[in-house]
Amino acid sequence: MDDTGIAGYGGYVPSLRIETREIARIWGEDPDEIENGLGVRQKSVPDLDEDTATMSVEAARRATDGEDSSRIEAIYVGSESHPYAVKPTATIVGAAIGATPGMTAADYEFACKAGTAAIQTGAGLVSSGVADRALAVGADVSQGAPGDALEYSAAAGAAAFLLGDADDAVAKLEGTTSYTSDTPDFWRREGERYPQHGERFTGKPAYFKHTINAGQNLLGELDRAPEDYSYAVFHQPNGKFPVKAAHQLGFTEEQYEAGLLSPEIGNTYSAASLLGLVAVLDEAEPDDRIFVTSFGSGAGSDAFSFRATEKIEETGDSKLRDDLTDVEHLDYAMYARHKDKIQEE
Amino acid sequence: MTEMGAPRFWRNIQQRYRLTGTRCDTCDTTYFPPRQLCPECRREGDVEEQELNGTGTVVTYTTVHEPSPEYEGDSPYSLAIVELDEGPRVTAQIVDDEIQVGDEVEACFRRMGEGGGDGVIYYGFKFRSLD
Ligand SMILES: [Zn+2]
Repeated sequence: MDDTGIAGYGGYVPSLRIETREIARIWGEDPDEIENGLGVRQKSVPDLDEDTATMSVEAARRATDGEDSSRIEAIYVGSESHPYAVKPTATIVGAAIGATPGMTAADYEFACKAGTAAIQTGAGLVSSGVADRALAVGADVSQGAPGDALEYSAAAGAAAFLLGDADDAVAKLEGTTSYTSDTPDFWRREGERYPQHGERFTGKPAYFKHTINAGQNLLGELDRAPEDYSYAVFHQPNGKFPVKAAHQLGFTEEQYEAGLLSPEIGNTYSAASLLGLVAVLDEAEPDDRIFVTSFGSGAGSDAFSFRATEKIEETGDSKLRDDLTDVEHLDYAMYARHKDKIQEE
Repeated sequence: MTEMGAPRFWRNIQQRYRLTGTRCDTCDTTYFPPRQLCPECRREGDVEEQELNGTGTVVTYTTVHEPSPEYEGDSPYSLAIVELDEGPRVTAQIVDDEIQVGDEVEACFRRMGEGGGDGVIYYGFKFRSLD
C-alpha cells in the first residue's frame, strides 16, 4: 500500500465542553482525584442538533475542501454511534460532499478502531485501482451512564481522511499492520443504551496488549525504531493510557504530545487516534514520519506508518485548532439537558 | 419538519445539504433556492447549477422563544436572514447563542428535525458565527 497516502484531512470537535471537576462535584467525588486519575481536564459535548452524521460531514468537508468530490469512489464511516441502526451514515456524508451516486459506501463498527479500519479499506481500494479516491471517517458521540466512570470521558468528535495516489499525498502510507483477538473488555448489546465494561479486561489484556503488539509488529515489519519517528499517536480513552503505551514502545513526550488531545477533549472513541493524527499533520514538516496506533475494544489495534511529503506545506490549517481553542463551557445542569436530548433518540 | 414528509425533503436534498443554487451567466445573478429560468433575462438567460460557498452576513435576526413542537428542547434559538456572499438571502437557524447584525457566518451541517423517534432524521444547513 506504499503507493497510496493521505491527499486531504480534516477534524471536527463540537465547541461545547464540560470539566471533569464539574461532573465529579455532582457525584460527590473528589475533583482532583478524578481529574488527575484520568488525566482529562474537560471533554467535548455535542450540541443538541449534532450527531455522528453531522460531525462526519463537517470533518469530510474539511478533508475534501478544494478537491473534486466526484473522484471519491468509496466512503467508509467508522463509529459506534451511527444515528440509524439501519441506514448508512456514509450515504449522508456522500450526499453532503457531492460524491454520490458514483461511489460505494458502508458503515463500519469496531468500537474505537472502526475509523482506522476504514482507512485500511480505503487505502486498499485506491492501491488496487478499484477506487480513484476513497474517504475514511471516524466519528462518535459517545455516552456513559450517569455516574459511571465513562461519563467523565465520553466525548464527541470526527476526523476524515481523503485517500489517493502517493503522488498527490500530503503524507504517504508506508505500511499498516493489525493485531486482533476475541477479548470481552467492553461491549454493548443490541438495544441497550449504555455500554458495559469488564473491569478486569480494560487495561493490560486489552488496550496495552493490542496497542503494543500492533505497534511492535509494524516497527518490525518496516525495520524501524521509535527514534525514526517525529510523531507518535495512540488511541486515547483518557490522558494516561496513551502516555504509558508510548513509553512502553520507546517513544518520548516530544513525540506524543502534539497528538495527545484527550486531556482537553476527552475520549472521542472512533475519532480519538484520528484527531490526534489530524493535529500532528497540522504541525508536520516534509519527511517527518508519523506513527499511529488505534485500539478498539473487542479487541484490536491497527498500526500505521506515514511519512509527510513536500505537499504538507501547501495544505492550509485544518481548522481543528480553532475547534480546540474556541470553546464554551457548560455546567452539569445544561450538560444533563444535552444528554437527555441525545438519549431520547 | 415532521409535516413535510420524506419524499418532498429528499427532492430538495441538494439544496438542503449542499446549498446548491443556480447562476445566470447572462446577468451575473445567483439564485437560491435555485431557479431554472432567470426572471430578468428570460429566454436570453444562461442558467447553470452553482454550489454556493456557504459564507455570508447576518442581515437581521429574531430569537424564537416558543418553537414549534419538533424544536422543543432547543429553545430559545435564533432565526436569521443571511445574505450569502454570492448575493441571495436565505432564512436559517443560527447555532450560536449570541448573534449580531453584520456578523459573518458560515453554513454548517446539522439536524433539522426528525419524523418522530422512529422516523427519518432530516439534516440540512444552519449557520455559525465566524466572529
Ligand atoms: Zn439573467
